[in-house]
Amino acid sequence: MDWQYFLEILFSGFTRGSIYALIALGYTMVYGIIELINFAHGEIYMIGAFTAFIVAGILGTMGFPASAILIIAALVAILWCVAYGYTLEKVAYKPLRGQSRLAPLISAIGMSIFLQNYVQLAQTAEFLRFPIRMPRLEFLDVFGGILRSTDFVILVTSAVIMTALSLFIRYTKLGKAMRATAQNRKMAMLLGIDADKIISLTFIVGSGLAALGGTLIATHTMQVGFGIGFMAGMKAFTAAVLGGIGSIPGAMLGGLVLGIAESLTTGYFSGDYEDVLAFALLALILIFRPSGLLGKAKVQKV
Amino acid sequence: MSKLFFKGIVATFVGALISLSAHTVFANDTIKIGVPGAHSGELASYGLPTLNAVNLVVDDINAKGGIDGKQVEIIAFDEGCKAEIATNAATKLISDGVVAIIGHTCSNAGKAVISLYNDANIIVMSPTITAPDMTLSGKNPVFFRTIANDLATSIAGAEFVVNKLNAKKVAVLHDNSEYGKGYAEKAIEYIKENGKDVEVVLYEAVTPGAADYSSVIRKVLRAKADVLMWGGYYPEASKILSNMYSLDLAIPFVGPDGLKDKGFIELAGADAEGVYASGPTDTSANPISKEYAEKHLKKYGTTPGAFFDTAVSATIALLNAIDKADSTEAKKIMDALRNNDVETAVGTIRFDDKGDAIGVGMSIYQITNGEYVEIK
Repeated sequence: MDWQYFLEILFSGFTRGSIYALIALGYTMVYGIIELINFAHGEIYMIGAFTAFIVAGILGTMGFPASAILIIAALVAILWCVAYGYTLEKVAYKPLRGQSRLAPLISAIGMSIFLQNYVQLAQTAEFLRFPIRMPRLEFLDVFGGILRSTDFVILVTSAVIMTALSLFIRYTKLGKAMRATAQNRKMAMLLGIDADKIISLTFIVGSGLAALGGTLIATHTMQVGFGIGFMAGMKAFTAAVLGGIGSIPGAMLGGLVLGIAESLTTGYFSGDYEDVLAFALLALILIFRPSGLLGKAKVQKV
Repeated sequence: MSKLFFKGIVATFVGALISLSAHTVFANDTIKIGVPGAHSGELASYGLPTLNAVNLVVDDINAKGGIDGKQVEIIAFDEGCKAEIATNAATKLISDGVVAIIGHTCSNAGKAVISLYNDANIIVMSPTITAPDMTLSGKNPVFFRTIANDLATSIAGAEFVVNKLNAKKVAVLHDNSEYGKGYAEKAIEYIKENGKDVEVVLYEAVTPGAADYSSVIRKVLRAKADVLMWGGYYPEASKILSNMYSLDLAIPFVGPDGLKDKGFIELAGADAEGVYASGPTDTSANPISKEYAEKHLKKYGTTPGAFFDTAVSATIALLNAIDKADSTEAKKIMDALRNNDVETAVGTIRFDDKGDAIGVGMSIYQITNGEYVEIK
């Protein structure tokens, strides 16, 4: 057994898994609260990557150090996407609340197509090169190449953000209100929780996470394009279902499991079957645990 | 339905009758060349340069008194690269009594109608069709082309890897597209046949659109490959190169003609430095190419478009063969095409038994300081 190689492949899986997890959180939080699969979420990720690209491009000409540029670009991308997510909910989903569940779903697909085409028209149909490369972190050399700078930054950032999110949901007042709204919106409203505000908050947090994911991946693959949100969105959605849609720890676990499964498939079997095995895994888990790894079986109230 | 069908049959018969008479009455006055292709619609930018090229070359020949005293006449037919209209075009041109065809712009249209020309024994000379099986299947004796087929890019790359880079362990990745996988498969076939002690250590597909290719790059590292060949388009190539950079995998990267595109250098930036890509040999310095580019500018007011040089060459080669054959008989012209070297806008060419032009080359280019530099 080649442990060095195994660890390399494992960490590759962790890296891509934590990106899936960051995006999957947005899907799962929104689903937990309003039972909507927000198909436009992948596009928010893409807009995050684009915003970071534009900001990094502008700052790059002013001679800031690379790490500062990346942090500022990520922050601006998060802010910008938060605004997008908030507006998206107000424009596309709020007017349809209380309608049949299909109406907002179609609206979500519509927003996804709209945003993709909007970026294609307003920006470009070409792929663009991300202007700043992640600086090489020398201290990682002790790991003998198992962990590289982008992997490290992606892993650490996602770990910190996901811990913070868990704490926020668990211990703050707003977090508690979110959980209450997810459990029973009507009851929460009766107890004085402003459900509209909580729903907006959910979109804000989810979009911010997606924007962060978009920025991190753009520095890793060094390119942005109007179509990158689709694939990432699909994978993240899969991760959310895998972990149990509606469950926040489930999305994190689902993302990591999916990423590691893909990476191990490529590493030990063949890249040809990366998606095949990943989705076969999804099917298997859903056969034995229909509500996902950490999802709770739903009791139908009659 | 049946009524329509009946009408169709009647129309075909009437058409055949009319054309038969036309054929017998006027056949010998001029040498007729059919030019079917996309002359309007979204693919016109591929088809119109061919028509312009044929016009320019034929004008020159006719001004010099034609071929063996006969003027050359062009019959254009706009089929828009649509297979069903191409069938009409072929039927009409055959019945018009053309000696040969210069065209069909697109591979799909060409494939749809080639059997008609085979049966009618009419030479088809295409400056644009690159589908490999048109020639390599050996089933189309009347088909010739002045453009390298799709596999040429792959063979050029593999040859370079074996003979120039002296690779011992080659890793081949592709994107599972028809284009990318075709390139990879043909390259491997070539390496296995011609590289005596060259080993293909890895042959795998990646998933286009994936966020990260580091696992597959680690696999390449582990296989200790000394060259990485990539079959696919440039956006994925750029991502792979970026992953190679962050994993310190510094081995030559060889790709298909899809990487010979300015867009690739812009997208991959510093990572593109040193990458090898195959592409058609640069013929812009060719005197015939220059001459006709000037004539094009004079007559049509613009610089020529895509596949203009191959079209000029197709016309020159065909008319030269008719002249050499002293006949409009297909068999004699085909012999002349195969046996005579001719100076064209893509260099000195001749045709092999299957109809591919010998001497129409692929070259390997290396990206050096953000420019493609041809490797001699």
